[in-house]
Amino acid sequence: MADADVKAPAAEAAAEGGAAAPEAADEAPKRVVDPDFEPEIIVFACHYCAYAAADLAGSMRLQYPTNIRMIKLPCTGKLEVIHLLKAIEAGADGVYAAGCLEGECHYLKGNLWARKRVEHVKRLLEEVGIEPERVEMYNMSSAMGARFAEVATEFTERIKALGPNPVRREGVDAHAAAREALGGVAMPDDPVPSAATSEEGHAE
Amino acid sequence: MITAERKPFDEILALVGDKKKILVAGCDTCVAICLTGGEKEAEVLASELRIKAEQDGTGAEVEHTAAIRQCEWEYLDMIADKVEAADIVVSMACGIGIQSMAEKFEPKLVVPAVDTNMLGMPQEHALWLERCGACGDCVIGETAGICPVVRCSKSLMNGPCGGSHDGKCEVTTPEKEDIECAWHLIWERLKAQGREELMIKNRPPKKWNLSSSGGPRKMVREEAKLV
Repeated sequence: MADADVKAPAAEAAAEGGAAAPEAADEAPKRVVDPDFEPEIIVFACHYCAYAAADLAGSMRLQYPTNIRMIKLPCTGKLEVIHLLKAIEAGADGVYAAGCLEGECHYLKGNLWARKRVEHVKRLLEEVGIEPERVEMYNMSSAMGARFAEVATEFTERIKALGPNPVRREGVDAHAAAREALGGVAMPDDPVPSAATSEEGHAE
Repeated sequence: MITAERKPFDEILALVGDKKKILVAGCDTCVAICLTGGEKEAEVLASELRIKAEQDGTGAEVEHTAAIRQCEWEYLDMIADKVEAADIVVSMACGIGIQSMAEKFEPKLVVPAVDTNMLGMPQEHALWLERCGACGDCVIGETAGICPVVRCSKSLMNGPCGGSHDGKCEVTTPEKEDIECAWHLIWERLKAQGREELMIKNRPPKKWNLSSSGGPRKMVREEAKLV
């Protein structure tokens, strides 16, 4: 696969951080990027595509960061503005929705609605002074295990460069809060038969 | 239905000031239908305010609630405890609901989080168009069910004017979109109804004193009064 050589995320983020530091000096005061910072990232994954793609990534023995924690949805169309906001409010450093390829939604348009909602949340975050890059929408099919790993890596790097969510608090479990906000919408996770696509194990 | 749009966040923040116990109160009737100020939207605004408070370290506590209708005393009773416990109520109801809240809980500080903008019709999902100006003197019986007060940019009672071209008004929306000429629509529908003669009927000046120009309006139904 094209991206079988997924790089070690920590090293990559450190390099990003190093590059970002000098520009930060000229601009308004920016957060210092901690190379050891391990973000907590919530992924709202569609049962029909991204969740299956994660499985495939595992079967393919692809590596991706353990920072991501998934919540399975029947469709990203079930995702509402408040679900994304609650994850950020509870301290998630980054949140993304991963739905089917556009035009391929099992429920026809759920992924298109999700994209609009993610875009709206970006605007809301901007209003309250949080970087809108902390939320994102991705599309992939269930056959795109490599793309799943690539997105997880890319997004983790992005969040490492941004630094911690400014409203992150000790002792608050963002993943649990996001799942609670979803109420009955979130689906139970599939049992994980064996470990793990990376050294520390798969997030879910 | 009554429609409203949420105010910019900064404007809401300025209204909230340094209050510490904030209650965001939605209304689950008109403003919920237009996706601006129902319980869901109140929860979103409350979350935004909490994120902002956390960042700024203000220590403000923000809760949300919603009344079935903020414009009726009985429904306000149902959220009275939460209102009483708050320093300030950020209401997402229409102007009527906000004022009912302020009157019911006087001297509680009640501020608006929305701008009430029109009596609109949901033309399609997430699109509302103004259809009534509540002018108090309805003329649409003679104008083929099309209101010239709000649908004609000039509120002409004897249209169209010279600014009507190919069914479009010479005025455009602030977004530079075309506006349908109301009098063109009236003419087309009168033709379809075989009532073209109404087009040339001269309408004398309208009784604007029945609209908001005549001061605050009041309506009493004696036969329906309880005692």
